[in-house]
Amino acid sequence: MSHRWVVRILVVAVVAGGGLGAQSATADAAQDRPPAAGTVNADAVREVAAQLRCVVCQNLSVADSPSEMANQMRGIIRDRLAAGEPPEQVVQYFVDKYGEWILLAPRGRGLNLMVWAAPVVAVLAGLIAVGVLLRRWTRPRPAPRAGGIDPVLRERIRRELESEP
Amino acid sequence: MWKWLIPLSVVPVIALLAYGFRVNPRDIPSPLVGRPAAPFALRTFDGAPVMLESLRGRVVVLNFWASWCSPACYDEAPTLERSWRSYRGRGVALVGIAIQDKHEASQKFISDFSLSFPNAPDPDGKVSVDYGVYGVPETFFIDRTGRIRLKHAGPISDELFRTEVEKLLGEPALDPSVDSQEKGG
Repeated sequence: MSHRWVVRILVVAVVAGGGLGAQSATADAAQDRPPAAGTVNADAVREVAAQLRCVVCQNLSVADSPSEMANQMRGIIRDRLAAGEPPEQVVQYFVDKYGEWILLAPRGRGLNLMVWAAPVVAVLAGLIAVGVLLRRWTRPRPAPRAGGIDPVLRERIRRELESEP
Repeated sequence: MWKWLIPLSVVPVIALLAYGFRVNPRDIPSPLVGRPAAPFALRTFDGAPVMLESLRGRVVVLNFWASWCSPACYDEAPTLERSWRSYRGRGVALVGIAIQDKHEASQKFISDFSLSFPNAPDPDGKVSVDYGVYGVPETFFIDRTGRIRLKHAGPISDELFRTEVEKLLGEPALDPSVDSQEKGG
């Protein structure tokens, strides 16, 4: 009896495992295909919308803005993704219409490279400046050379020392 | 040399700030100027179809507005109506597109200003995004070959309308059959 139960449990486990494997394979295949019309998930829309500036707001993305314009832009993103456009192409559509201004993070090419490089350059320059100053401040000072003292002053000190009782 | 380094390093920062403060951040150049105008097919508040394709060969002025856009849209509405009456007989098409607006409020605006040129709502915002609109009012001047020649953000003046339309009317249409049709009609 107990042997039968062990066999049954094993069969159920194998069948369930096979089912999960098949589900996983289906999910992998689905990721490679463009989504069918009407099946765009909210995360995919949000991912694109988060890259775009809300055109009627101050420093808000299309994903975060409650404005009507942003709502309409999210609708356009959803429609384009549902039509099978890859996310990069949807972003490019908005760039074509509004220019790179619409991107919240400027692309790292051309003059835009300055925006990305400037903080790194500033931090490096700061580190170099701190290093140079630390070296200067911690450098041992050379003892004053005897020959460097004014002969008049030396003579005066000698006379004062001799005249002391 | 080193003692000049810190004061000199401030110069590019000041130059950058001086440039930045002189530029209006709201003045965003449109990448669409010089490019073909995006086609659209809308239905006016009266129910009539209005398509850019059907206006091919004519100078088209496209005005994006909203009834909540005060005072700019209210300031320019009489100008648009006046200009439309002056140029409607000369092959100029003026189309108003109401964006992010309530239907009834748009219709009241049209009625209050007795606007006689076609006006259509853009319910899903697709036309306004196709034209890179980021505020109202915005006006696009499209030449007879279908290219956007000027985008004007803010209320339009009689002088700007006249100057731009006269310039575009003086240019030949690409399609010679359109010219002959207009001369014939």
